[in-house]
Amino acid sequence: MAGLTVTPARRARPARRKRSYGSALVLLLAGLYFLVPVAASLWFTVDDPAKGVTLDAYAKGLGDDGMATSLGLSLRLGLATVALGLLLMVPTMVVVTLRLPKLRRVVEVLCMVPLIVPPVALVAGVSTVLSWQQDLADTPLWGTFQVLVNKNFPLVLVLVYTVMSLPFLYRSLDAGLRAVDLATLVEASRSLGASRLATLWRVVVPNLRPALVSGAVLSLAMVLGEYTVATVLGFEPFSVWMVHVGEYEAQLSVAAAMLSLLITWGLLLLLTNLAGGRARKGRKTTA
Amino acid sequence: MTTTATTAHQSPPAAETRSGGVGLRLGGLRRTFGTTTALDGLDLDIAPGELVALLGPSGCGKTTALRIIAGFETADAGELLMGGEDVTATPANRRDIGMVFQSYSLFPNMTAAENVAYGLRVRKAPKAERAERAAELLELVGLPGRDKHYPHQLSGGQQQRVALARALAIRPRVLLLDEPLSALDAKVRLQLREEIRRLQLELGITTVFVTHDQEEALSMADRVAVMKDGRLEQCAPPSELYERPATPFVAEFVGTMNRLPGVMGDERTVEVLGQRLPVHGDCPDAGHAVEVLLRPESLRVSAGEGGKPGAAVTADGAGPGEAATVRVATFLGGTTRLHLTTASGAEAKADLPSWEAGSLTPGSRCTLTPHDHPVLVEETA
Repeated sequence: MAGLTVTPARRARPARRKRSYGSALVLLLAGLYFLVPVAASLWFTVDDPAKGVTLDAYAKGLGDDGMATSLGLSLRLGLATVALGLLLMVPTMVVVTLRLPKLRRVVEVLCMVPLIVPPVALVAGVSTVLSWQQDLADTPLWGTFQVLVNKNFPLVLVLVYTVMSLPFLYRSLDAGLRAVDLATLVEASRSLGASRLATLWRVVVPNLRPALVSGAVLSLAMVLGEYTVATVLGFEPFSVWMVHVGEYEAQLSVAAAMLSLLITWGLLLLLTNLAGGRARKGRKTTA
Repeated sequence: MTTTATTAHQSPPAAETRSGGVGLRLGGLRRTFGTTTALDGLDLDIAPGELVALLGPSGCGKTTALRIIAGFETADAGELLMGGEDVTATPANRRDIGMVFQSYSLFPNMTAAENVAYGLRVRKAPKAERAERAAELLELVGLPGRDKHYPHQLSGGQQQRVALARALAIRPRVLLLDEPLSALDAKVRLQLREEIRRLQLELGITTVFVTHDQEEALSMADRVAVMKDGRLEQCAPPSELYERPATPFVAEFVGTMNRLPGVMGDERTVEVLGQRLPVHGDCPDAGHAVEVLLRPESLRVSAGEGGKPGAAVTADGAGPGEAATVRVATFLGGTTRLHLTTASGAEAKADLPSWEAGSLTPGSRCTLTPHDHPVLVEETA
């Protein structure tokens, strides 16, 4: 009998080790998939056959007026898109959650439409509308069109990008709203004397902060990388500038891409810190 | 059923925190949701400083009534007067009402002190006053030193204490409690309900308390309002509600009740278990078959064979009782509950002091006799 006795722990250990090897392999493959292109791009930007390793491409990029202008435009467009998107979506989602829960599916479907409609189809419609401006030269709408297509800050891009960011904002806000008992929090705030606006500002928004930041980061990343709409409408934000530069100076273009990656990560870290700051502070105190 | 009513003479009112109560009048409140009638002409007067518990089964309209008082729902008809002022159409944020919710409703982004001070912040009170009031209220609810804790760092009971402090911080005219203890474990619930009652008495604040737990209602409230189908069945002090229920519904909803067959006699009496008892409430004509409502503690059980069904009752109403057999004996500590079957086939429950019930084991024969108290009857369908 003694010879048949099996120690369960001894049998379990190799299985666990096998599983951990499997996990490590999956992680390694995923890491390689993401890091190899980044590393290759980085190497391409610093490797000069004549000078060896050099940061010339980055210095050139940072000193290029075109890059500063286009990057600035992209960031302003991104921030405006996030602001407009949140301004539209936060009150809408709160009202739907509290007052019109039956409309949740309708709002969801509407917000998901931009994922299905390709940007090129969307921009085809927009450019058709913009082409009417010649016919409206003698009307007050002419001025409106001029504001929309202003090269320094094309408002039309903000409007289109806001539509394109709806799926990201909807998904983030929906998850955030499901995570809190919004109805009770709002009623508690109202019973304590707060107006609807004060409740939204002091209770709803702070408790949706992680969801708001998540939606904002995704929308910002989308705007920074968007190419189709901007190029069809004839504007030159950062992504379009990168492609143009790449046509005659590939190293500078890739260096700009690396810089944009750093900027996006930086923004992501900044916003994540903003979202989690208060919660972490709370968790540091022992109960 | 064991209930301990906390009475109004425990400690002197704290003058600085006392918010004072106002009278509340619910006049003919009606509210429907689609085809469902939640409130069907609810009338209730609550005196200043009184604690009234709204008690009833699910769907009876008690929560709807509370939400109308809070201003979260609007009545289709009827009026709501607070301190004589008509507040039927006043928005929730202008009613000066403090409310504690069933689910934990603390703002997760604020500390305990910030939660308590929220109502004062909304009212633009100076920062120093807010901090002082928050500290005072947290001490009052037994949580000094927890001011910097976030809700997720507090237990369920502590969160509800903070919620109570938050509701009281604004010195509300009326305090509303929407099943605030239902999410807590039994021990904390017992402790907190005593504290809520102590605070309510100290502050003298008019309070409406919704609960489906009758023990909670009977132990805390000055009066208990039992609701059914959107209407008030009875509103009375706990002892009156238990001992002299106005309707069979109240009698059966509050505590445990036996339904035993009886026959109506002359002069508002009924014959049941070989005894003649006085009847209060609705009284069918003599000779009608009825069901007699008797509490388990209103039945005497004595060992040994008693009278047969239909045995003669003397002119003064005394009789031999009715023979019964013990089916189950459940030891409950101080009392033992006997489940019995009478000789006429009726089933009854009787509560006895445990020291008396020792010989009444399952299968033993005994005699069942009702105490000579007025009873409620309902005509047999």
